[in-house]
Amino acid sequence: MSAASATTTDTATAQGWTRGQVGTLLLILAETSFFAVFIAGYLFYIGKSLSGPRPADVLELPILATICLLSSSGTIVVAVRDLERGHRARFASGLLATILLGGAFLVLTALEWKRLIVEHGLTISTNLFGTTFYSLVGFHAAHVSVGLLIMLLILVLGAFGHVRREHAFRVELFSWYWHFVDVVWIAVGTAVYVIGL
Amino acid sequence: MAAIDGPAAASPPREAAFGWTHVLHEWVATVDHKKLGIMYITSGIVFFAIAGLEAAVMRYQLAFPDNDAISPEVFNRLFTMHGTSMVFLVGMPIIIGFGNYLIPLMIGARDMAFPRLNAWGFWMFLFGGLLLYFSYFGSSGLYGAGSAPDVGWFAYTPLSGKAFSRGNATDYWILGILISGFGSLSGAVNMITTALTMRCKGMTLGRMPLFVWMMIVVSFLMLIALPPLTAAQVMLLFDRYLGARFFDTQAGGDAVLWQHFFWFFGHPEVYILIIPGFAYASEIIPVFSRKVIFGYAVMVAATVSIGFVACAVWAHHMFAVGMGKGVNIWFSTITMVVGVPTGIKIFNWIATMYGGKIRFRVPMLFCIAFLIQFLVAGLTGIMLAAVPFDWQLTDSYFVVAHFHYVLIGGLLFTIFAAVYYWFPKMTGLMLSERLGRLHFWLFLIGFQMTFTTMHVQGLLGMPRRIYTYPADRGWEIWNLITSLGVVAQGAGVLCFLAAIVWAFRRREPAGDDPWDAWTLEWSTSSPPPEYNFAELPEVRSRRPLWDLKHPEDPDWKYE
Repeated sequence: MSAASATTTDTATAQGWTRGQVGTLLLILAETSFFAVFIAGYLFYIGKSLSGPRPADVLELPILATICLLSSSGTIVVAVRDLERGHRARFASGLLATILLGGAFLVLTALEWKRLIVEHGLTISTNLFGTTFYSLVGFHAAHVSVGLLIMLLILVLGAFGHVRREHAFRVELFSWYWHFVDVVWIAVGTAVYVIGL
Repeated sequence: MAAIDGPAAASPPREAAFGWTHVLHEWVATVDHKKLGIMYITSGIVFFAIAGLEAAVMRYQLAFPDNDAISPEVFNRLFTMHGTSMVFLVGMPIIIGFGNYLIPLMIGARDMAFPRLNAWGFWMFLFGGLLLYFSYFGSSGLYGAGSAPDVGWFAYTPLSGKAFSRGNATDYWILGILISGFGSLSGAVNMITTALTMRCKGMTLGRMPLFVWMMIVVSFLMLIALPPLTAAQVMLLFDRYLGARFFDTQAGGDAVLWQHFFWFFGHPEVYILIIPGFAYASEIIPVFSRKVIFGYAVMVAATVSIGFVACAVWAHHMFAVGMGKGVNIWFSTITMVVGVPTGIKIFNWIATMYGGKIRFRVPMLFCIAFLIQFLVAGLTGIMLAAVPFDWQLTDSYFVVAHFHYVLIGGLLFTIFAAVYYWFPKMTGLMLSERLGRLHFWLFLIGFQMTFTTMHVQGLLGMPRRIYTYPADRGWEIWNLITSLGVVAQGAGVLCFLAAIVWAFRRREPAGDDPWDAWTLEWSTSSPPPEYNFAELPEVRSRRPLWDLKHPEDPDWKYE
């Protein structure tokens, strides 16, 4: 079928953008709209909880976690550039670094949640703060987890030699998603740890 | 005409060799945009028949005062399932189906940008819809028996919360719509990406058919408006199952927040549904008026501005909840502003017809009825945008009449026009003109009987969603006419289905270009081969097929 060969390549068209780029940007647009609603819900309910604990009593600034996540945006840029130049071993180490930084963010989030649940008794059903906090931060953490799974998959495929220079554009599309997850964290962090306090 | 045929025409008829299992496998496993488009439209028509029957049962119940044909509980389920189905399982798949089928053909591409995502989206939609209907058997309602959701199509909290909606019928509403929403989102991603990256040589943005332009705007609206619904439904699910407090007023939560989230989706959704109607009309009216569309650039600009305004009017559904003067004035004003670009469009369509050599074939008849009915829908919309008027008539049959004028008088009429117009392309067969005319007149008369009278019931104070009414309110005769109109509409739809069956039996070949049209889909064979075009076309104007047919007077000399 000529149709198959015409649609499986992903070269830049006369219009200048590839299918993958446009599709990824549109996915990001939809995700932005999704998070915007949870952030709006969080902001709307600030200070409206009828009972404690309140954000100022229990939240601590997640400085280390933020540093981990934001710097992982840098490591993935380096990794993609290495792959574009054909340095597959350096690409793998850059990707591993990104996974570790993202993983560290998740662990730190888990520790924060454990502290909130065990020490302060704050669950999703405790009050409006708990409801909006866990769902907003939780959806962001879920996106981080999805990103980690995809990166692990790329890492394993790369270990078997299936990720080569010509696939760099696909990994770059993933990196757009990863940057988006970072930007969402800046918005979520601002709502929860700056405005919310 | 300029039929482009390729090597696949010589491939053997495989269906004959393997029988129906092979055909079934071919359709289930397909990633072809044309097959998926047809499956979207066909499933939409099946759900349309189901949801239409639900409406017919409700109208039978309401035909006479103090009627007890069905119980209030059943009535609640019927209007919930009717509304939910018509919006999510009829409107959405049919518009995505036409977009799927036509966008690649109109821009000279061989498939959508992401064919497998396309197939995934269709099956998500279908199984989401089936999950919603499975509630009739699988969900445990108030008394443990199977029962459909009964909270209305907008499922206002706290009614849809755990305290007032026991059992899990409401969860079927949440999950069914949430899942089919993923299908719509993937369809939207696909349609925009296809239109932006896969156009053939010479098909600049300014030469794209208006249909494609309008579907781009619709797709952007879907991407912006559908995720908030998903988010709100997730919140409701958290409330119901994890004990979250989003809409729990006893914990300080705000039930009105659900209304904001829902209508932030719900109002753009109205434009998501009606702009494709504009898209069909913008292709059909010029062809049957034998004139170029009047004001192409202005049509594009008007569509884009409707898209923007659509995202800023949602709270006009909520004037009665007490949002305060400032908010009311804002949403009332912006809502009236919608009338400007929409009015521009109506004038452009009329100007296209003006002085044209109009051919009154079935697609054109539906489009002309659309113009008049959509104007009425727009005018009652402006009336309802005025806050005091809305306070008087909110939740009355006047509102029901208004949005059925939009969605039936506007959207459904153009969908019928589109089916009559593009069916020959999809199947290679003509639909019967006589059955089509019968369908048109029966449906037109039925529609007017049902929904014009509903305005009167509304003005006389009849609230929506009541399952019966006493005999002394002066509503009896109006309700009877409304219900009788359903009979005529049903007869019209039967003519429509008969025309489709008859077309397959009679097999009158349509040829590549039965309407003497101008866009690229008519340049390939009917039905198009799997690869659409053996040679990718190259265009120089907005009417590439006109250029081919009239080399002595091509459009590109004037554009």
